[in-house]
Amino acid sequence: MSCEQCREREAVIHLTQIVNEQVTTLHLCERCAAEKGVESPGSQPKTPLGTFLAAMGQELPEQVPAPRAGDNCPRCGGSLQDFRESGRLGCPECYRSFEVPLRDLLRRLHGSTHHMGERYSDKEPAIPNEPRQAAELREQLRLAVETENFELAAELRDRLRVVE
Amino acid sequence: MIDLSLLTDGGVGWLDASGPSSHLVLSTRIRLARNLAGRVFQGRNSETEREDILQTVEAAARDTVLLRRAIKFRLDRLERTDRQLLHERHLVSKELAGLDADGRVRSGASLLVQDRLGVMLNEEDHLRLQGLHSGFALDAAYAEVDRLDAELGQRLAFAFHSEFGYLTSCPTNVGTGLRASVLIHLPGLVLTKEISKVLQGLAQVGLTFRGLYGEGSEVVGNFFQLSNQTTLGSSEYELLDHLGKMVRQVMEYEEQARQVLLRDAPAIIEDKVWRAYGLLRYARALSFEEAMNLLSGVRLGVGVNLIPDVGMYTLNKLLVYTQPAHLAVAEGVVPNDPELPVRRAQFVRKVLESEVGRRG
Repeated sequence: MSCEQCREREAVIHLTQIVNEQVTTLHLCERCAAEKGVESPGSQPKTPLGTFLAAMGQELPEQVPAPRAGDNCPRCGGSLQDFRESGRLGCPECYRSFEVPLRDLLRRLHGSTHHMGERYSDKEPAIPNEPRQAAELREQLRLAVETENFELAAELRDRLRVVE
Repeated sequence: MIDLSLLTDGGVGWLDASGPSSHLVLSTRIRLARNLAGRVFQGRNSETEREDILQTVEAAARDTVLLRRAIKFRLDRLERTDRQLLHERHLVSKELAGLDADGRVRSGASLLVQDRLGVMLNEEDHLRLQGLHSGFALDAAYAEVDRLDAELGQRLAFAFHSEFGYLTSCPTNVGTGLRASVLIHLPGLVLTKEISKVLQGLAQVGLTFRGLYGEGSEVVGNFFQLSNQTTLGSSEYELLDHLGKMVRQVMEYEEQARQVLLRDAPAIIEDKVWRAYGLLRYARALSFEEAMNLLSGVRLGVGVNLIPDVGMYTLNKLLVYTQPAHLAVAEGVVPNDPELPVRRAQFVRKVLESEVGRRG
């Protein structure tokens, strides 16, 4: 498909927008898209995270030390810079390696950092009462963390460990 | 050429229009993103590692009840038309099928599929479990995928974090890894120009919309895929319940919009839907987009009982089989053959004629 603007280059950006209550889709090449002020995959990571990451990039220096050459995930070698560019993490361990900035990002993306869904261990045969009790504790824990009642949170976390 | 007849219902059982509210909702899709513990994510792994993931997951899948008889498609060994075919059937994402701008298929990219369940392998995440049901069936679709998740989870070690939940390559999917989508037809809201308000409202309650083919695809034929935006902080049931409530609300708005159209502009609507039917029935060349838009008009006509002789299943079939790769395979040409619009018009005429003939 060629660009609807210049009709020369290949359209690589498909912009769906709502104008005058009509849903329209524009097919543009990178250059025409840039002229229209649309961020292209070249200038932004090709992910729905683009704006969040951009915001994160601006605010990061104040919150955490700027990534240094050595600030790589020990498991996969990936850095925060790699994440900013690709929008994807390198490995499960990255969630620990970059916990502080990720926690902030998760809160902005999802409004929470606490998984409330099925636990991986729930899939194994378990004593029926346990998951429910654990779920209740987790909910209390979430509320405690949200209200910044960290003493209670610590206690709940310990109790949760026993239950799980 | 791949033989899709191997699949139950040719892999399009979800199009039979048998599900709940199928006059408005074509299909319900559930996907769960999962990764194997202790392994780097797809973006950083090697060909060998991807091959190993494929072997490991396939071995586990062969040991389950739900995927024991699964058919395996190695996207990395298929021709482009075949990959496009699987994508048009909503069995694989555009990315996995290598249909993105760069047009390359990642080594190890594969699909396991059995009945309504499937697993995409070496997609953005190691595993993408998916279930596709006809009509509006969030609970049924989730229950099935959840069972598959349990079966695979007992045989594979998934990457899981006590606080963040299931870990995914992209943080937008972390937690439940759940994306539930409902493919819904909303011509009434588009015609009454209420659609933007509805879509904006959905965005405010944490839902998002996409086009017919999911992420990055455009809206054609007034089909919208409504899905949850967040995956963390709510349980699977809360996410499904929320989406379900909102979809029911949208369906109600759509029904109201259709009543308004029939009340305030009956002649215009009648003309519009019959015009669409007439063009489909007699046109000699149809582009894919035009066919989709006309099918949308006819679908509306059938939905409000203005057009009596066409079944939803026929319209769904036309929706699938007029897509470029499907039509090309059926006609023995390539998807970008310049003759394709003519063949498409022939195909549509034939199907509609036989439908009228059958109903007498």
